[in-house]
Amino acid sequence: MTLVVFYLLAAVTLLGAMGVVVTRNVVYAALALLLSLMGVAGIYLLLFAEFLALVQVLIYGGAITVVILFAIMLTRLREYKGVMENPQWPLGLLAATALFLVLVAAFLVDSPRMNVEERLAVPFLLLGGSLFSQWAIAFEVASLVLLVALIGAIIVARGEDSRERP
Amino acid sequence: MSLLHFQVLSAALFAIGVYGVLARRSAVLILLSIELVLNAVNVNLVAFAAFLDPTRGLGQVIAVFVITVAAAEVGLALAIILQLYRKRASVDVDKIDLLKW
Repeated sequence: MTLVVFYLLAAVTLLGAMGVVVTRNVVYAALALLLSLMGVAGIYLLLFAEFLALVQVLIYGGAITVVILFAIMLTRLREYKGVMENPQWPLGLLAATALFLVLVAAFLVDSPRMNVEERLAVPFLLLGGSLFSQWAIAFEVASLVLLVALIGAIIVARGEDSRERP
Repeated sequence: MSLLHFQVLSAALFAIGVYGVLARRSAVLILLSIELVLNAVNVNLVAFAAFLDPTRGLGQVIAVFVITVAAAEVGLALAIILQLYRKRASVDVDKIDLLKW
C-alpha cells in the first residue's frame, strides 16, 4: 500500500520536474515546479517528516512560487519566447543522464537494506528541542542569513533611482 | 519500500534539475531548476535520516537549514534578475556577460 503511494508521489514529483525543464511557457514552468514540490512534501510525509512537509508547503507552495510568479510578471513575458533553449542542450542531456546513471550505480553498490514501515515519526518536540539547543548557533546564523539576504534583495530591487529620496 | 527507492527518486530529481540548469537560457528558468536540485538533496537527507538515524532526526534539522538558504537565495536572485532586466532589458544569461572580461 505504501509502495503504491510512493510510486504515485514519485510520478507526480518527476512529471512536475520534467515539466519545469521541458515546457516553453515560463508560467507553466513555475506551476509545474509547484506540483513537483508538493510531490516532495508528500514524500516527506511518507518518510514521517511531518514538520518538513508542513514547511515545504508553507515556504515553497506559499512563498517561493508566488515570488517567482511575481518576477515572471515583472519581466516581460514575450521576452521569454526566443530565449528558452540553449544550443548546448544535447550536451546537457548527456551530462544529466550520465550523472543519474553514476548516482544510481553508486546507490546500487552500497545501500543499506531497511524497511521504513517499522519506524515511528520524529516528534515535533524532539526536533524543536535539538533545533534550539544543539543547533541553536546554526539556527541563529541561518535566521541572520535570511534577514541579511532579504534586506539585500530589497536594496538591489529598489535600484539607484530611488536612492536620493529620504 | 527501501532506502534505494528514495535514493533513485532523489537522483532522478537531481539529474533533471542539472539538465534544466545546463539546457535553459532564461535566468528565471535556471533558478527554478536550482530549486529542483536543492529539493533532491533534501529528499536524500530526509531519507537517510529516516532510515539510518531514526530517533534523533538530525537530517531533518539540516534540511531545515537547506530550505532557509534556498529561500534566501531565491529572494536575492530574483532581485538581481529584476535589476538586470531593468538595465539590460533581457533575462538571457548568454547576453549577461558583464563580468566575463
